[in-house]
Amino acid sequence: MSLFSDIFSRFDLVFAFLFVGLLMSVSILLSRVLFRARIPGAAIAITLGLVLAWFGGKKGVADFPVMSGLSLLGGAMLRDFSIVSTAMGASLSEIRKSGPAGIASLFLGIVTSFSIGSAVAFSMGYTDVKSIATIGAGACTFIVGPVTGTALGAASDIIALSIGIGVIKTVVVTVLTPLIAKRIGLDNPHTAMVYGGLIGTTSGVAAGLAATDPKLVPYGALTATFYTGTACLLCPSLLYFLLALLLP
Amino acid sequence: MKIYGVAFLSACFLAGQVLGELLGRLFHFQGNIGGVGFGMLLLIVLGDRLKRKGWMGEESESGIHFWNAMYIPVVVAMATTQNVKAAVAGGWLAVAVGVGGTLACFLLIPVMARLGRKSDTPHNENDKV
Repeated sequence: MSLFSDIFSRFDLVFAFLFVGLLMSVSILLSRVLFRARIPGAAIAITLGLVLAWFGGKKGVADFPVMSGLSLLGGAMLRDFSIVSTAMGASLSEIRKSGPAGIASLFLGIVTSFSIGSAVAFSMGYTDVKSIATIGAGACTFIVGPVTGTALGAASDIIALSIGIGVIKTVVVTVLTPLIAKRIGLDNPHTAMVYGGLIGTTSGVAAGLAATDPKLVPYGALTATFYTGTACLLCPSLLYFLLALLLP
Repeated sequence: MKIYGVAFLSACFLAGQVLGELLGRLFHFQGNIGGVGFGMLLLIVLGDRLKRKGWMGEESESGIHFWNAMYIPVVVAMATTQNVKAAVAGGWLAVAVGVGGTLACFLLIPVMARLGRKSDTPHNENDKV
């Protein structure tokens, strides 16, 4: 056994690739078998990841030497790098086409999520502005929370909480979208763009739209792609400063 | 070459980080303000320009798309390395924020869609009504 653990911990990043790949495939299988693909494999994989992390310590499962590669693969550097790369899917001219409604919903969605997240955090007894801002950012997406938390220097447990909030949001969006699509008029590209801007969690939006009408996916994903970037720009800066001004 | 795309992505990323760091210092604030967001904006604006001039082929772009596809696996890896035990203490908060915030945004969808459509599609049949 020590032969395997020796090799795995020596080539920890490579083992992390294998581990995440297996985790993703199990999650996609679970998604198909248990939830008829209504909950995206990505949301299940992230949830499973958080469950696994519970068995670890301060650095989650990366506290085990064999799993240390996960803290490199899932560390701030590669995380931010891969997030920036998603912007390649969107072009400025296309976002212009979505018109003022798309851009307005982008900002309204970020401010609404951030405000509600911050308000709930404050009402539940958090007084530290950095923690409140990180929780508010978590209400945007599971990316914006940790990016904001890292930028502001929030504690690891708050960052984990913000990821948990973002994951819950992704699951809620995915399950709820096809159920209430008709009622909110989500049956055309224009509304899909507004929807992507307001909701913002790319995996939730893409999965929710796929379950509603696959033709709408690119429209919702287009504005949703801008959401994370815009929120990463606004949450640790403007919204954080406004929050700091509001709180004693 | 795929590495051209990756190198271009790296340049945008690093420039974004520098901008974010400078903005942080401007506000006398310990840390980086919106470095990731600036990186994304740079990639969108410059990437669009490079593609239009024909300086970035599909092969180069596929280097960027690889990292795009790695986004979810990286987030999964990130999830496994969080201090979840400590976060579980705030469980109800996570549920309240996750569900409450999402529902509020859902309610805004029909409102925003109506506002935008009037100005967006002036030749729509609805205008006759």
